[in-house]
Amino acid sequence: MRWNRKVAAAAGLSAVLVATTACAGAGGAGGGGGGEGGGDNSINVLMVNNPQMLALQKHAGEFTKESGITVNFTVKPENEMRNQAAQEFANQSGQFDVATLSNFEIPFYSKNNWLWSMDDIQAYKDDKEFNQADIFPAMTESLKGPDGKLYGEPFYGESSFLMYRKDVADKAGVTIKDKPTWDEVAAAAAKLDGAESGMKGICLRGLPGWGEVFAPLTTVVNTFGGTWFEKDWTAKVNAPEFKEATTFYTDLVKAHGEAGAAQAGFAECLTATTQSKVAMWYDATSAAGSLEAPDSPVRGKMAYAQAPVKLTDASGWLYTWAWAIEKKSQKQDNAWKFISWASSQKYEELVGAQDGWATVPAGKRISTYENPEYKKEAGAFGEATLKAIAEADPVNPGVQPRPTIGIQFVDIPEFTDLGTKVSQDISAVIAGKKTVDEALNNGQKLAEAVGEKYKGQ
Amino acid sequence: MATTTATPLDTKAEAKAAKKKEPKPSFNERWLDKKGWIRRFPLLPALVFTIILTQIPFVATIIISFMNWEAQNPTEIAFGTLDNYVQVFTDPALRSSVFFTIVLTVTVVLVSLALGLGISLLLNRKFFGRGAVRTMMITPFLIVPVAAALLWKHAIYNPVYGLLNGLLTLVGAEAQPDWITEFPRLAIEVQLIWYWTPFMTLILLAGLQSRPGDILEAANVDGASAWQTFRFITMPHMRRYLELGGLLGSIYVIQTFDTVFVMTAGSLGTANLPFTVYETLYSAQNYGLASAQGVVVVIFSIAIATFLLRTVSTLFEES
Amino acid sequence: MTSALAPAPSKLAAERKKSSERGRRLGSRGGNIAAGIAAWAIGILFVFPVFFMVLTSLHSEVNASTNPPSFFAPLTLDGYREFFGASSGASPWPPLINSATASIISTILVILLAIPAAYALSVKPIKKWTDAMFFFLSTKMLPAVAGLLPLYIIARYLGLLDNINYLLILYTAMNLPIAVWMMRSFLADIPVELFEAAAIDGAGLIRTLRSIIVPIISPGIAATALICFIFAWNELLLANTLTSVIAGTAPVFLTSFVTSQGLFLAKVCAAATIVSLPVIIAGFAAQDKLVQGLSLGAVK
Repeated sequence: MRWNRKVAAAAGLSAVLVATTACAGAGGAGGGGGGEGGGDNSINVLMVNNPQMLALQKHAGEFTKESGITVNFTVKPENEMRNQAAQEFANQSGQFDVATLSNFEIPFYSKNNWLWSMDDIQAYKDDKEFNQADIFPAMTESLKGPDGKLYGEPFYGESSFLMYRKDVADKAGVTIKDKPTWDEVAAAAAKLDGAESGMKGICLRGLPGWGEVFAPLTTVVNTFGGTWFEKDWTAKVNAPEFKEATTFYTDLVKAHGEAGAAQAGFAECLTATTQSKVAMWYDATSAAGSLEAPDSPVRGKMAYAQAPVKLTDASGWLYTWAWAIEKKSQKQDNAWKFISWASSQKYEELVGAQDGWATVPAGKRISTYENPEYKKEAGAFGEATLKAIAEADPVNPGVQPRPTIGIQFVDIPEFTDLGTKVSQDISAVIAGKKTVDEALNNGQKLAEAVGEKYKGQ
Repeated sequence: MATTTATPLDTKAEAKAAKKKEPKPSFNERWLDKKGWIRRFPLLPALVFTIILTQIPFVATIIISFMNWEAQNPTEIAFGTLDNYVQVFTDPALRSSVFFTIVLTVTVVLVSLALGLGISLLLNRKFFGRGAVRTMMITPFLIVPVAAALLWKHAIYNPVYGLLNGLLTLVGAEAQPDWITEFPRLAIEVQLIWYWTPFMTLILLAGLQSRPGDILEAANVDGASAWQTFRFITMPHMRRYLELGGLLGSIYVIQTFDTVFVMTAGSLGTANLPFTVYETLYSAQNYGLASAQGVVVVIFSIAIATFLLRTVSTLFEES
Repeated sequence: MTSALAPAPSKLAAERKKSSERGRRLGSRGGNIAAGIAAWAIGILFVFPVFFMVLTSLHSEVNASTNPPSFFAPLTLDGYREFFGASSGASPWPPLINSATASIISTILVILLAIPAAYALSVKPIKKWTDAMFFFLSTKMLPAVAGLLPLYIIARYLGLLDNINYLLILYTAMNLPIAVWMMRSFLADIPVELFEAAAIDGAGLIRTLRSIIVPIISPGIAATALICFIFAWNELLLANTLTSVIAGTAPVFLTSFVTSQGLFLAKVCAAATIVSLPVIIAGFAAQDKLVQGLSLGAVK
C-alpha cells in the first residue's frame, strides 16, 4: 500500500531531521524567553476574570500614571486561566511577570523554584507603604513556601458563606439562622423554590473543575465527616460520609437548584442570583461585593449567614486569589510595584470611592474592616465575612487529621487532575447521567493511585 | 500534464509496463541527475517547509510519549517507559472519549451527508430565489467555529433565555429543558451538523451538476421515472462525491476541538479525543501521557485518512 | 506519463452546463414549486441562528435575554460599543489585528510556496509526483493537538511564544497542503501547448510562471487565498496555546465569553458577528470556488 511506505519514509526522514536539530538546538537552548511586550516599563499580568479583577483592569490607568509602568492584562475564565498558568509556570515560559495564583498552588510552585520570593525582591524590602502586618496573618501564612519565605500577596481573600434573599425569605416565612445546618438550608431551599416566578431555591456550583464544583462540595464533605485522604494518605472518596455528603449536595441541587446546574460555576451562579433566578446561594464571601454593588439589582435585598454545617463548628473555606511573580521574570521590581499598588489600602479606597465600597477586593487587610466607610456600606456582609475567615481552619477542617493543609482542596499538584476528573462525574450526577456510587467508586480508584504515590514518602 | 486525450486505462497499463521493463536506476543516477533536480527544485521550498513544521513536532511527540514527564514534578523526568501507553489503554475515561469521538464523527458526518444530499437535490432544481437560498445555506459554514459554539451555547441552548426555550414559551409549552445538561452529546452533534451540512451540500451539489447530460437525456427519452433516474444514474454517479464528502468531513470532525471546548468543556461525557489530549496536557500537565494519547489520536486519524486518500485518488484518476 | 489524471476542462464544463439545464428540464413545474418552498424553508432554518445572532447583537442587554425572545425590540449599537470596550477598557482591536496579520501574511506565504510546488507537480511533473501530493495531504490529517506540546516547547526555546510570526508560519504549514492541491488542479487545466510555446521562445521557469501561469490561474489563486484566509482566521487551538499577552487572535479573544458574565448576550452576539464578518465576506466572495477549495481541488 502506497500510504504505508510514505508514512514510514516520512517518519524516517523526520527522525533524521529531529536528530540534527536537536544537536544544533542544544548549544543555543537556554537563550530567548522573557516577555517582549511593550518595552522595559511594562509588565504582563495573567488573571482570572472575576469582577474584582475586571475592575482592576479598568483602574490600571491610575497605576500607570503614578509609576509610569504599563500593565498588559490577559484575562481568562477560571479553568482556562489555571491551565495557562500551570503551563506557563511549569515551563518557566517567561510570557507573564505576574499571575493570579492561590494558596493552593503557591506552596508547591515555590518548592519547584518557579516563583520569586518577595523576600528576595529589593522593591519589596524598600516598600514602606505596603505594611505586611496589615494582611491577615492566616493569609500571609498560607502564601509561604516550605522554606518559610513569602511567595505571594493576596489580592482578595475569601471564605464561603450562605447568601440569601431576605425579602423573599421573609415573604415566604422562612427564617435562616446565623449559622444554619445543611438540613435547615435544604428545607429552606424547598420552601423558597418557586417563591417568585422563575426563581429556584438555591444556587450550588455544578460545573466540573476542582476549583468549581469541588470547592463548595468539599466543604460539605468536610462537615459531613468525610475527607479525600486520611492522614496516612488512605483514600476515602467512596467512604459513607463522602457519599452521604455528595448525595445530599447533588440531590439538593437537582431538586431545588438553578437551571443548567451541571454547567453552572461561580460566574453563572452570580448571574443567576443578580437576576433573581435563585433565592439562596452558597459560595465565596467575595461574591457579596458584586451582589451589593451599586448597579446590582439585588443590592440591599440580601442577607448573609455562615457556611451551613453538620458535624463541624464551621465549614467555610479559606481561599485567596494572590499575586505571584514568575521566577523567569526579570522585572520583579516593577512586578512588585504593581502588586503593592493592587493589594494596597490605597487601591481599596480608590475602588471604594469610584465603584462603591461594597465592591472593594476585601478579605485580606485588617484595616479594611476598621474603615468606617467600608463598615457603613458593606456592613451587611463585612462582619459575616470577617467571622467566616476567622473561623476557617485550613489545618483541621474536618473531623479527622489531614495529610496536607487546605480546606476545599488537598494541597498536592495531583489534586488538579484528580479533582477535575471526579468533578466531571459529579457534574454528570447532577445532570442525571450517573449515580453517586458510580462517580465516587471511580473517584476512589483515582484517589488511591494518587495516595499510593505519597504513602511511601 | 501533457496529453489530455489519453484514456486512463491506457496510460495506467503503459506506466505499469514501463515500470517493469526499465532497469532500476542506480543511486547515482537517481540522485545526481541534474535534470531531475531542476524539475524538483520548485517543489523543494514547500516540501521542506512542510516536513519541518509538521513532521518534527510529531516525531517529538512520539519521543515524549515514552517519557515519564509530569510538569509538576520536574525532578522526576525520565526517558524509556511504556507506562503512558499502559495508562492510555487501561484508562476508562479515554475509552469513553474514543467511543464518543467515533459516535460524534459518525453521527455528524452521516446526518450532514443525508441532509446535504436532500438539500442539494432541492437546490439542483429551478425555483425562485435559488441563488439566495444557496447563499443562505452556505452561511452557517462561514461563522467562525468558536463564535458558532458561543452562539449556540449562550443564545440558543441557554435554559433561561435561550432561543429554543423562548420559542417553546411562544408556542405555549410548559417544558423548559436544560438542553446542554440533558442532552449534552446531542447538543454538540446538532451544532456540528448545522455547521457541516452546508459543506456537504456544496460538494454534493457540485456532484449533481456534473452528472453526464447525455445519459440523463437518454434516460428521459427511454421514459425512466424520476426514481429510476435517481436510483440508477444519479446515485452511482454520486457515490464518489458522497465518499469524498464523508471522508473529508470525518477528518475535520475527528479533530473537533472548539465546540467541545466552548460548549461543555468536556463535561457530561462530551470529551472527545482532541479535548482529552488537551486536558491531559494543560489540566493534568502530564506531558508523557498527553503525548501517548496524541499518538493514539494520530493512529486513529491515519486509519480514516487511508480510506480518504484512496477515495481521493480514485476520484482523480476517474475524473 | 500521468496525463490520464487530467480532466479535459472545457469539455467537462460544457457537459456540466448542459446537464444542469437538462436536469432542470426533467423536473416538472409543480415539483419545482414544491421543491422551491421546501428549499426556502430549509434555507431559512439554517440561516436563522445567524440571523438571530445579528438581531440579538443589535438589542439592548435587557431585551436580548428575555423569554420569550423579543424579536421586535428597538435596535441599538450598545452591544457593539460594549464589545469594543466601552466600559471594560479591553479593546478587541489588537486580537483582530493579530488575526488579520496572521491570516493575510500566512496566505501570501502559502501562495508563494504553493505555486512553484504545484508547477513541479503538474506542468513538468517530477517522478513520483503523486507520492508528493499524498504526502502533502497526509500532513493535513495529523491532528494539530498531537503536535501541540513540541510546538510549545520549541517556541519556548526559540523565544517565539506569544509571537504572531510563529503563529503565521504554523498557519502557512497548516494551509500549504490545501493550497498545493488546489493550485495543482488549476495548473492542470492549462493547455500544455502554452508551455510548449513558451519553451520554444526560450522562457525560463520564472518567466513562464510570471507571464503565462499566474495570469491564467489568477482566479484560482484568489479562490485558494480566500480558503486559506478562512482557515487561518478560524484557528483556535494553536493560537490559544502559543499566545498570551500580545499575539492573541480573535478566536482566543472570543474564549473569554465562555463563562457568563451577568447580562452579556448582546455583547457575545456582537463579538461573534464582528469576528465572523471577515470570513462571511471572504466566503460570499469565493462562493463559487468554495467547494473546490474545501475538497482540495478534487471537485470542481
